[in-house]
Amino acid sequence: MLSPESLAAIDAEVAKYPAEQKQSAVMSALRIAQTEKGWLRPELIEYVAEYLGMPAIAAYEVATFYNMYDTQPVGRHKITLCTNLPCALMGAGEIADHLKQKLGIDFGETTEDGRFTLKEGECMGACGDAPLCLHNNHAMHTHLTPEKVDELLDKLK
Amino acid sequence: MSLLKPTPKVCSWTREFDNPGSLATYVANGGYQALRRVVTEKVPGDAIIAELKTSALRGRGGAGFPTGLKWSFMPRAFAGDKYIVCNSDEGEPGTFKDRDILRYNPHQLIEGMAIAGYVLGARVGYNYIHGEIWDCYEIFEAALKEAREAGYLGDNLFGTDFCFQLHAHHGYGAYICGEETALLESIEGKKGQPRFKPPFPASFGLYGKPTTINNTETLASVPWIVQHGGQAFLELGKPNNGGAKLFSVSGHVNRPGNYEVPLGTPFAELLAMAGGVRNGRKLKAVIPGGSSAPVLPGSIMMDCTMDFDSIAKAGSMLGSGAVIVMDETVCMVRALERLSYFYFEESCGQCTPCREGTGWMYRIIHRIEHGQGRAEDLDLLNSVAGGIGGHTICALGDAAAMPVQSFLKHFGDEFAYHVEHKRCMV
Repeated sequence: MLSPESLAAIDAEVAKYPAEQKQSAVMSALRIAQTEKGWLRPELIEYVAEYLGMPAIAAYEVATFYNMYDTQPVGRHKITLCTNLPCALMGAGEIADHLKQKLGIDFGETTEDGRFTLKEGECMGACGDAPLCLHNNHAMHTHLTPEKVDELLDKLK
Repeated sequence: MSLLKPTPKVCSWTREFDNPGSLATYVANGGYQALRRVVTEKVPGDAIIAELKTSALRGRGGAGFPTGLKWSFMPRAFAGDKYIVCNSDEGEPGTFKDRDILRYNPHQLIEGMAIAGYVLGARVGYNYIHGEIWDCYEIFEAALKEAREAGYLGDNLFGTDFCFQLHAHHGYGAYICGEETALLESIEGKKGQPRFKPPFPASFGLYGKPTTINNTETLASVPWIVQHGGQAFLELGKPNNGGAKLFSVSGHVNRPGNYEVPLGTPFAELLAMAGGVRNGRKLKAVIPGGSSAPVLPGSIMMDCTMDFDSIAKAGSMLGSGAVIVMDETVCMVRALERLSYFYFEESCGQCTPCREGTGWMYRIIHRIEHGQGRAEDLDLLNSVAGGIGGHTICALGDAAAMPVQSFLKHFGDEFAYHVEHKRCMV
């Protein structure tokens, strides 16, 4: 179900923990699985659980507790915008309006062509560079302005 | 600046160099000398803990607990597995200092954790890194690889019998995992729900083994203290508030960013370093220690110095050193609405007062902000906040209650105006 590269990456995470504590690698394993497949469908979560020798329900709990996992389909490009207080003071509200208007969707929605999903995020620990967003959980874009948002969206096909 | 000379920059001195986070920069400026010395000279752990106590180093993650005392709780003679864990799950709104340590000075953190491993008898450590800062996770992994290859991590370090291995663990978006026992659950591959204390992590921590958990900046301060002595660190700051500290200044200032200054520095000086209030506007309010710390009016802050005791005396907390600055254009109802939404969203749901109370508070503040406030709402808010604080397993409940209580205490007239006139007075 996962590529040899993804399995090798999961194995490298497993090696960090005591042999009898493979479950410790579940967070990374789910991240790696999601990065390859786009989102965590139930069969994928079960596969990860089985790979790590843990109950499927325990892996579901992790996948649904931490908010960077997607247990529903998302667009090719997930944009998570922080709107917490320090970002709000620096204009995150205007950036949110601009994103919604430009993409024609609200937070929690995906464009019809499946290109973008917009999410509202909580503190990303980079408030000095506010306002900011995260692209597909991995790339942070800081000091956002409407122009920078347009540039970013144009690049993401 | 370097680690060789005692300087007022404890954690941020590498920023002056071209490759601030590299092993070469770190080693060329005295890095890993403290670790080498304590390991090869077999400096007794007690002596290092004594230095930490002298230094008055207090936890930099928010609670301000004395680090030397925390280390002394660890059953160092216990023969089985023990762990040292670093809390880099920096998600307290306003805080972004540990991110810079991971990016610009990862080796000082690695050295601090290795020294902790040596003192506390732990052979393995984990650094739990906040989910949203993937680049820092990769940087830290690369630094670990460098340190292993150079012989600063691994087996039989410096030809002695001391072995220490360190790994990075990546979080995935849960504020609650900044709470130390939730963080341990998370490393174990579970939902991040805090544990009852006692037992404390020193006796029952990661995988049920004795564990010491410290914040990133705390652990990164250790090599400096070992290098220059506890007294030198203490003298950087003021009694009971040793050292320099990174302050993350965000919000309405001209130059948001991290500023490392001695504890006891006047707030006015820190504000000036950050370029002062944006657009020459008037300072209205400051949250001095991250979103969980009570808000203070600007006039009170201007009389404070930035240290644990001064901020506590003024009625708030130094917390993680996250200074959120708000100018006169800020509507305090709207600001609190946003913070309350955060705690509602991030409550782990384990304790009823927090799970139900955070949503209740958010809904009340939301209706006040949107012109639907009722005359009894302010009393109700105080009552709900009082019902949460002190009635939950972990401090998230208190962290949700304190902003509400302090916003009402200092800016209650704005809330009353909203309720009465159905609009904002700002």
